[in-house]
Amino acid sequence: MAHSAPLITKPKGTNAAIKKALGKNLVQLIEANDEIGLLVKRDALVDVMTALRDECEYQQLVEIAGVDWPSRSPRFEVVYCLLSLTKNHRIRVHVETDESDPVPSVTGIWPVAGWLEREVFDMYGVLFSGNNDLRRILTDYGFEGHPQRKDFPLTGYTELRYSEEEKRVKYEPVKLAQDFRSFDFMSPWEGADYILPGDEKAPAAPPPPPPSPTVATPKTTGTPAKTGAGAKANKTAAKTTKGAPKAVKPETAKPRGAKK
Amino acid sequence: MSLTIEKSPTTGDETIENYTINFGPQHPAAHGVLRLVMEMDGEIIERMDPHIGLLHRGTEKLIEYKTYLQALPYFDRLDYCSPLGMEHSYVLAIEKLLNVEVPLRAQYLRVFFAELTRICNHMLNLGSHVMDVGAMTPNLWMFEIREDCLNFFERASGARMHSAYFRPGGVHQDVPLKLLTDIGDWLDKRMPKLFEDAISLVADNRIFKQRNVDIATVSKEDAVKWGFSGPMIRGSGIAWDIRKSQPYDVYDRMEFDVPVGTKGDCYDRFMVRVEEVRQSVRIMKQCLQQMPEGPVCSEDRKVSPPKRAEMKQSMEALIHHFKLYTEGFHVPAGQVYVATESPKGEFGVYLVADGTNKPYRCKIRPTAFSHLQAMEMMSKGHMLADTTAIIGAIDVVFGECDR
Repeated sequence: MAHSAPLITKPKGTNAAIKKALGKNLVQLIEANDEIGLLVKRDALVDVMTALRDECEYQQLVEIAGVDWPSRSPRFEVVYCLLSLTKNHRIRVHVETDESDPVPSVTGIWPVAGWLEREVFDMYGVLFSGNNDLRRILTDYGFEGHPQRKDFPLTGYTELRYSEEEKRVKYEPVKLAQDFRSFDFMSPWEGADYILPGDEKAPAAPPPPPPSPTVATPKTTGTPAKTGAGAKANKTAAKTTKGAPKAVKPETAKPRGAKK
Repeated sequence: MSLTIEKSPTTGDETIENYTINFGPQHPAAHGVLRLVMEMDGEIIERMDPHIGLLHRGTEKLIEYKTYLQALPYFDRLDYCSPLGMEHSYVLAIEKLLNVEVPLRAQYLRVFFAELTRICNHMLNLGSHVMDVGAMTPNLWMFEIREDCLNFFERASGARMHSAYFRPGGVHQDVPLKLLTDIGDWLDKRMPKLFEDAISLVADNRIFKQRNVDIATVSKEDAVKWGFSGPMIRGSGIAWDIRKSQPYDVYDRMEFDVPVGTKGDCYDRFMVRVEEVRQSVRIMKQCLQQMPEGPVCSEDRKVSPPKRAEMKQSMEALIHHFKLYTEGFHVPAGQVYVATESPKGEFGVYLVADGTNKPYRCKIRPTAFSHLQAMEMMSKGHMLADTTAIIGAIDVVFGECDR
């Protein structure tokens, strides 16, 4: 025990009790950093939560967090943090979903879930079926988009200011005086996959030519007659020009201006 | 609590219907930018819809674009009344992922200043709660204590409010002995005198009790269901304090009591906070007695920067300093949820690290969010004027609620 974060001792037999209570609905139980994370089936979430509350004594829903993993499929993860006041223990319940598949709402189990689900909906666009008040909560009235998604830009799309001429608050597209400065801290010898600035403009290197097929007898041009070129048309052109410079042997060649 | 609401009186064919009024977002008793849309039957609240988010600054999004150390000052700006309480959860979450050992003196200093933060926060809340229900003097006296606290923070960290004092691995710098002795004197003399004087004006005051006793009674079951924490859950009679049940830093070495309420009304919540201030003084005195000498930050140079004097001598130290303040440290991939007992309740940080120098996701669990959601449940059937008492007893700060 090196760190000084809150000490949570896992009561004996927690894992077995959870596995027993959840049965088939438990996909995976991950134990890391002294914490338990349960990946459960999305459709069975309400059953899972009821079982955890009633059988495993996790009475309080503390937090619902969304996480966006654009490279995964399904894309979003919704994380429920539960607290047991009687057993003095915490667990996390994870479910996976994407933009269109709704997560069953747990507002029937814990009324506190209402706003927490609204926040996840606002920030990620995750839908919750059964939450009958799924409005935006933290963003502006009339806001569009889901700001916590990884593909949403940090600066957003609109900015607002008070216009002295029109005597009202105006919404305008964001104009950045300076680009957002993001630094790349990956060192080249730690496996960075660099695209050097400017490289992206160059056309991609042509693909290597396909290997030529091997033929049993290679085709050769045997005699001048077979080339199809015919006889030399101009006899004078074949003659060597009078006074043409003779080929100079490389050893004797002197650079210009090196007479001395 | 049984208020029977009469049917709306009728005049001829006309029915007087419920009407909707708007409270805030600019209202001194809203403790910030809270907008309440209330449906009233006469002076009695029928329905209430709190609109929050007017102070939403996208802190969680910004944190994803900053290194772990650069993200720390955002936590000061969440609950600007108790900045160090917010930092505490965050640094503990990082330390849990890194598994860094914090020197003992740093742990004592953190507990010491976290409790000073609690006093500072409760001074503001108790004072403004009293003022919301009509008294002026206690607030002014308690602001004197708050002013002293802020001066102590300034002497420790250089900043009155946004200290950025707790760092992953310890605290930013050591405190001079004179500061500790000064705080010790203050805890013995000035602070209890001012505080007890101010509380003596309200604790047994008839008007104050009329405005708070039996207002917004919350049962134990409701408190659990609605995700209450901190003084709100203790006010409802559940002795739940993370400092006791899941101790962090050196809270396991401290002796203190956890006050609980008996009825779960606004008066109980107020008195729980009053007693917490006294307990905080007790904890701080124990810290002063037990605090050892020694380093105040981890010696692990991959996490905490070297001293400036060391940098003048050692190339290694200079490189570490440069790397820590440009690239920052890398946190191994993993996820943790770390919650501490902030002055307002359970303040949690759910941190997802992906092995880089920036948090992949940092979800902040604000205290006021769940409390404010229960506003409708708490204020249904009460008078309009009780709203201010209820908000005051929640102890809401919008920097934290809206993030």
